[in-house]
Amino acid sequence: MRPHTSKNFEAELSHLKDTVLRMGGMVEAAIGKAMRALEWRDAKLARTVIEEDHAVNKYEVDIDDMCVAIMALRQPAAEDLRLLITGLKISTDLERIGDLAANMSERVLEIMNDPHSSSLNELLRMSQIAQGMLHDSLDAYVARDSEKAEAVCARDETVDELNRQIFRALLTEMKDAPSGITGYLSLMNISKQMERIADHSTNIAEMVIYLVKGKDIRHTSFGK
Amino acid sequence: MNDNALNHLHVEPTIHHEMKGDEGSLVTMKGFSLWYGASQALFDVEMELEKGLVTALIGPSGCGKSTLLRSYNRMNDLIDGLRVEGSIIFDGQEIFHPDVDVIGLRKRMGMVFQKPNPFPMSIAENVAYPLKVDGVRDRKLIADTVERALKSSALWDEVKDRLNQSALGLSGGQQQRLCIARAIAADPDVLLMDEPCSALDPVATAKIEELIDELSGRYTIVIVTHNMQQAARVSHNTAFMYLGRLVEYGETSAMFTVPRADRTKEYVTGRFG
Repeated sequence: MRPHTSKNFEAELSHLKDTVLRMGGMVEAAIGKAMRALEWRDAKLARTVIEEDHAVNKYEVDIDDMCVAIMALRQPAAEDLRLLITGLKISTDLERIGDLAANMSERVLEIMNDPHSSSLNELLRMSQIAQGMLHDSLDAYVARDSEKAEAVCARDETVDELNRQIFRALLTEMKDAPSGITGYLSLMNISKQMERIADHSTNIAEMVIYLVKGKDIRHTSFGK
Repeated sequence: MNDNALNHLHVEPTIHHEMKGDEGSLVTMKGFSLWYGASQALFDVEMELEKGLVTALIGPSGCGKSTLLRSYNRMNDLIDGLRVEGSIIFDGQEIFHPDVDVIGLRKRMGMVFQKPNPFPMSIAENVAYPLKVDGVRDRKLIADTVERALKSSALWDEVKDRLNQSALGLSGGQQQRLCIARAIAADPDVLLMDEPCSALDPVATAKIEELIDELSGRYTIVIVTHNMQQAARVSHNTAFMYLGRLVEYGETSAMFTVPRADRTKEYVTGRFG
């Protein structure tokens, strides 16, 4: 599509997209750091994630302000309107992912001195898939690529299944070594939070499909 | 192959997704084309006006929206060299049929113009004008009609104490509502409005828009507007025209959130026009 007649409007929309991307990049990095802190027992890194969460929150407020201002001043329509609605929704999901990464880091700090669980590799694998889903959903947002967004949604089930596997494995470990139960509970928590991150990434992907096609695919089972 | 057919070789057909009214369609435009001398202004327009609904015509200047509006009550007839093809069927009758009484047609299709055009006479005489032209002498009937029309156009409370004063003393917004009252006094089925708010301030505009909302249902309304937000606010269906063609005709909420034609997308998002 050709650019808007108003160059300022064009610049405002492009600034919004850039800001959403920057927020996304920050959140993606937070997940990576939290998992590295888990893998390498790095308390300092875990604390960095917790400290940086306020910057993520600030992005959410900035993006929402930007969207409200553009709506009030430009009365956008069609795809522009959907871009703003999507911006508002995505910023909420990203903020939640940021919280989850900070929360995972708090759990990591609780198990600093525990030995590694046999589920660590599965957890790392799950984290890679979830981070990939987040990354691709944001790529799809920028490129307005609904196929890529659909592929993100399709990966959510894999993450759910990994979470169930990790949960079962940790239960077994708990039974075998009841003294380490607190640490296993923290790991279960991390696994659950990673599964939530994949859910939020799926939300973002669904919003991208709405952005591109103008069709809301969320909760489609309601109609059945 | 005639010129008209040639013009269609590389043109996308109109995308239709308009809202259907409960009472069906009142006016049907079929394969309608119009020429001013040698230059063609409308190309093969197919469009239904749903009874009781508000239809907005939007598009860049020169796209043919006013020409289309003026075709409905044959206001274009006065232009030299005018030629039309296709048909407009209003309430079951072809409006271009030689037997059609054009004055009668225009009474059933009242028109409101861009600039308020009250006659230089009193407020009451302005509204009563269509009845006077019809030779109505019954004072009671005239007084009742004036009151009903002024109430319908939400002007009664503002002018009831000065009905005999000149209409030219009213504000622009009041004059426009007076013109709507005059159109209503003729008891039309359709109200054709050609940019009725373009000469008015935002408050007067809001009053006219509120009035359009109140009049819909009773009247079938067609409004030409340059203001896309106005089309979005007041209409049930929106027709987007470009270079004399009807590009897309659809339910207004969809036209402004998920338009289907690329041209419509570009126009409603302010990328051209």
